[in-house]
Amino acid sequence: MTAISAEPVVSTASAGRSLWYDAWLRFRRKKLAMVMLVIVVLYVIVGIGVASGWLAADWQDSVGESYAPPSWDTPFGTDIFGQSVFRKMIYGTKISLSVAFFASLLSIGIGVPLGAIAGYFRGYIDEIIVWLYSTLSSIPGLLLILAFAYALKGATLFGYKLDGITAVYLALGLTSWVGLCRLIRGEVIKHKNRDYVTAANAYGASKARIIFRHVIPNVTHLILIDFSLRFVAFIHAEVILSFLGLGAKGEPSWGVMIDDARLELSRGYWWQMAAATLAIFGISLALNIVGDALRDALDPKIRE
Amino acid sequence: MFSYIVRRLLYTPLVVIGVLIVTFMLFRVVQGDVSAEYAGKNASAETIAEYRKELGFDKPLFINSEAASERGVLAVFDSQFFHHFKNAVTLDFGRARVSKQKVSSLLAEGAVPSLTLTVPMFLGTLITAVTISLFIALVRGSTLDTSVVVACVCGMSLPFLALIMFGQYFFAYKLEWFPVFGYEPGFAGAKYFVLPVLMGVFAGLGGDVRFYRTVMLDEINADYIRTAKAKGQNTPRILYRHLLKNAMIPIISKVVLAIPFLFLGSLLTERFFGIPGLGYLMVEAIGQRDFQIINAMTFVISVLFVLGNLATDVCYALVDPRVTLN
Repeated sequence: MTAISAEPVVSTASAGRSLWYDAWLRFRRKKLAMVMLVIVVLYVIVGIGVASGWLAADWQDSVGESYAPPSWDTPFGTDIFGQSVFRKMIYGTKISLSVAFFASLLSIGIGVPLGAIAGYFRGYIDEIIVWLYSTLSSIPGLLLILAFAYALKGATLFGYKLDGITAVYLALGLTSWVGLCRLIRGEVIKHKNRDYVTAANAYGASKARIIFRHVIPNVTHLILIDFSLRFVAFIHAEVILSFLGLGAKGEPSWGVMIDDARLELSRGYWWQMAAATLAIFGISLALNIVGDALRDALDPKIRE
Repeated sequence: MFSYIVRRLLYTPLVVIGVLIVTFMLFRVVQGDVSAEYAGKNASAETIAEYRKELGFDKPLFINSEAASERGVLAVFDSQFFHHFKNAVTLDFGRARVSKQKVSSLLAEGAVPSLTLTVPMFLGTLITAVTISLFIALVRGSTLDTSVVVACVCGMSLPFLALIMFGQYFFAYKLEWFPVFGYEPGFAGAKYFVLPVLMGVFAGLGGDVRFYRTVMLDEINADYIRTAKAKGQNTPRILYRHLLKNAMIPIISKVVLAIPFLFLGSLLTERFFGIPGLGYLMVEAIGQRDFQIINAMTFVISVLFVLGNLATDVCYALVDPRVTLN
């Protein structure tokens, strides 16, 4: 009953509104998701602040004695060198966000074009791309990332020797495009026979134009949803890679902090561990909730 | 259906070949010759050459034209690429860098401790998550439901590494409820597994409860549930006899897909609790920079995974006539 009475309201309300504006209105109604979005934006501002040298540039300075417990001046105490754990936590934002950002960029850069090409052209091109991603997806995720990070670390690619953190960007980016590629391929196969693609074909648009100017914009919302949830996975992967010694060297990251804290914990120095955990928990929780809200707002299939 | 199964069977070797190409690219092409690193800092040229021969880096990457002109046409295949394939098929992955044991027997030895850890962890997570989600489905939309979902998202946001470290420190080290660290084969060693299994279950619950809750919610509004209610059946009977039976398909497909991962063990948990399984072996190999173990592990686990997938798909095809490739 309610569905029938709700119908005209929805149709008049959404007339003349873009998908994005409509989604924004839906998103804005969720108070929790809005709060979490603000938190994500804060993390990004902190990350950019660190990268530009405006925040936590003095993380190497000694601010007190070794392993000082949390106090008013040093909110998360100090580490073995007397460095402020709080500053290291702030600095770690840069590494974590840059890993998530570059890995996502690479994964979108590979997954979206490959998926679109496979779905649009089908035939043997499709077979090859599907074989490629079936192969990668038959190697269990963490094992694949570890194998890539291990082999890439210290390797020389195109005359450029990869350092730890670049190897992490590459390992995560090169292994994570599979899901996105599969998704885009499926969507493109669906869209290929829609009227708007036939129309574009009829007035002589090139294949590249049809794929990238017509079809891809119609699936952008799926890329965005995928991106938001994948971010969390990247942040957690960086922690594990750094812990295994395959990550950043010489700068504090949340993974390196947890690795350092391994030996501190048994001596009762819990604050470095707590700071890194809190930082990871905060951004993961915010991204998880924002991602869910985005999906609800953007995906018309699961609207109630 | 028959042609589907045949095509699916033929596709499997293609994927295995793909995995071998990926590992070849990683460990032979991208990483390149590591014999100097293996030989150590002040090694003589002879020692390096010995390692180069043992690890096979003395051969050309793809085609051995030099050997072909000396030893006949077939020697063209005496290259790293073909040896990579041959070694994988014959399960000959060389010897470990530090312990000098055969990599294949190290893998075989690691499987039992890994399974002892992962099987109870997996079953524990599955049963707890399904039970919680069944009862949550009954109270959908209530405050309890919302708080369980929030708790799940919080659980998923916690880094696993931090969870293990805090758990080990607090329950084993501080409270002394469990042994901190160790392993013994057989039932005597069970006490070492309790805490790691519990932590694994706890860590896995967030994602699983959320998944199964959606599965249950899809079913709970179905007509057959209403009929069962109208007949006056009691709640446990509706839950276990009707709802669970119908929700079995997504549950089983998730379970089957998870089985190959059980062999991999739990990388971080094994490392922290000193369980000498495959996860421990892998972490140790990364520390010792032993690429042969990492290579062997990637290949073997992937083959298990591919075979598991094949078995699932063939079973589905036998049961459900609508299944096709793609």
